[in-house]
Amino acid sequence: MQRYILSRIVQSLLILLGVLFIVFFMLQLTGDPVSLMVSRNASPEQMEMLREEMGFNRPILIQFGDFIGGALVGDFGMSLRHRQPAMELILERLPATVELAATALLIALLIGIPLGLLSGSNPGSFWDTLARGAGLVGQTIPNFWLALILIVVFSVELGWFPTFGRRTWDVFGMELPTKSVILPAFSLGLFTTGQLVRFTRSAVLEIKNEDYVRTAYSKGLKDNQIYLRHILRNASIPLISIVGVQFGYLLSGSIYIETIFSWPGIGNLLAEAIGNRDFALVQAIAFFASLVVVTLNLLTDIAYGLADPRIRYGD
Amino acid sequence: MSRILTVKNLVTRFYTFDGVVHALNGVSFHLDHGETLAIVGESGSGKSVTMMSLLHLLPMPPARIEEGEAVFEDDDGPIDLLKLSKPERRRVRGGKIGYIFQDALSALNPVMTVGRQVRESIMEHLSLDQKAARERTIQLLEHVGIPGAKSRYGNYPHQFSGGMRQRVMIAVAIACDPKIVIADEPTTALDVTVQAQIIELTKRIQDELGISVIWITHDLGVVAGIADRVLVMYAGSAVEISPVDRLYEHPQHPYTEGLLAALPRVGAKRGKRLASIKGSPPDLQEPPRHCQFAWRCPYNFDRCWASAPPLFEVGEGHYTKCYYDMDQERPR
Repeated sequence: MQRYILSRIVQSLLILLGVLFIVFFMLQLTGDPVSLMVSRNASPEQMEMLREEMGFNRPILIQFGDFIGGALVGDFGMSLRHRQPAMELILERLPATVELAATALLIALLIGIPLGLLSGSNPGSFWDTLARGAGLVGQTIPNFWLALILIVVFSVELGWFPTFGRRTWDVFGMELPTKSVILPAFSLGLFTTGQLVRFTRSAVLEIKNEDYVRTAYSKGLKDNQIYLRHILRNASIPLISIVGVQFGYLLSGSIYIETIFSWPGIGNLLAEAIGNRDFALVQAIAFFASLVVVTLNLLTDIAYGLADPRIRYGD
Repeated sequence: MSRILTVKNLVTRFYTFDGVVHALNGVSFHLDHGETLAIVGESGSGKSVTMMSLLHLLPMPPARIEEGEAVFEDDDGPIDLLKLSKPERRRVRGGKIGYIFQDALSALNPVMTVGRQVRESIMEHLSLDQKAARERTIQLLEHVGIPGAKSRYGNYPHQFSGGMRQRVMIAVAIACDPKIVIADEPTTALDVTVQAQIIELTKRIQDELGISVIWITHDLGVVAGIADRVLVMYAGSAVEISPVDRLYEHPQHPYTEGLLAALPRVGAKRGKRLASIKGSPPDLQEPPRHCQFAWRCPYNFDRCWASAPPLFEVGEGHYTKCYYDMDQERPR
């Protein structure tokens, strides 16, 4: 297990290095980065000044070395717009995005897995029809459209939820979520919910015909023991990888959902940074999102090893 | 010897999209206390379906048990296994009848330790707490010959060899002192030496615990070594039932005769072709109207094509479903 984890960590570090490389040269690809940062009617002198200030007039390898050196200690430079270190801005927005992503994942897990289990254990039943419908709808409805509809119905018409913004409930310095997170989290988690329903269903359908499930029946176990102990436990192995990948995607911030609900998270910050041509900030967010995804993939692989003993002792 | 199980006229069919599969067409047999009954027959003849029907282990749908009764002599009187409620059925499974499956690698849960897989059965049937159930599990694992049972309690099936896994499977089957153990081709996936060990182990446990064993196999060599009586199955019916010695000396069904003739023998002349039964088994989607072996049978005559033969008694405890008297070499 240690060797397995170690090799996965080394792989992850290599990926992150590759990401840094891409993030840096992304800016160079455009030719002259300064021309992207200033407005169209800036004078050549102003552009030269900015070039000087940003260090773009130095040899490219030196710039790259500087960039990597900074990145390793979390320094991606100052945000042009906010006049504040880019990483600091991201960390400020992080709690909002974590709250949204975690709630979205929680909703997806609470709906997706039980519905998939019910559906897979009774194919052709009412639950199955419902789950298959939900899976299809969840994966095909564009979440920004659903978000608008939810706002119209539940916020404007019924008045159950706020139409936008994040409100927190402060308890001893901790920011606890309030109902303002429900609508954005539901819209954001919809795709994951649909995916979980479908994967749980097909995993259960497949596993309940396995020989060891028949063995479990031959021991005289109760149905619920068989479903929880034998079927769901084995079905959880493919589900872990979906949950890991999806959580990474949710955590790196959703531009659409955060913009629609004016949610002060990383997605919102990214949309704003792109609009403002705030390159240091875009680079920092791109790297941060990769870091989150790579870390979660690493954790997923470790969880995979814990859930499936055949992987654990494989090496 | 007293009866422990009497199965009469068991009919099981599968209702598939392609039509009805007549898997069992009225199987009858009995099992006595402490004896070993071997069930032989080729793949698809209904050996496993018969046993799984008794415990309702077939996927339903598509399977349906249409007729028959299976009377099991329980401690407090006879019960019909085919008419049990769900909780009663659970009490019988594992508690009264243990099942050893064919391929232990796929029949054991890959993500659960072997210890827990034995223990969960014990906790279901015997009123023991976790600690006592664990103790009993370790004893059982030792009993079936797993060295270092205590330290291997927490191992997973893939960490065991094929023979060891089959021993675990046996421990699961006998965990709750069942009256009957059904061994469904337990040695097919194993090499010959391990096969012999597993057969030895089963015999030893049978003697110690006084259980009755139904041993499903298509290896007639194994049958000769372990069985008291043999049931030969063909295309969903029991075509011959006989004490083991009589079957080998005096087969009374052309199919059994063909099976025995097909056995390769040590010392047979080199270059001689192995005997085989010509033709192939019937399509089970056709409901049986006459003897299902007729078109492969060297002795067939008009009556074989008119109706399915009933079970004839041809000797003490020896029955056959055939109109042709092989001793007299003429129709009955």
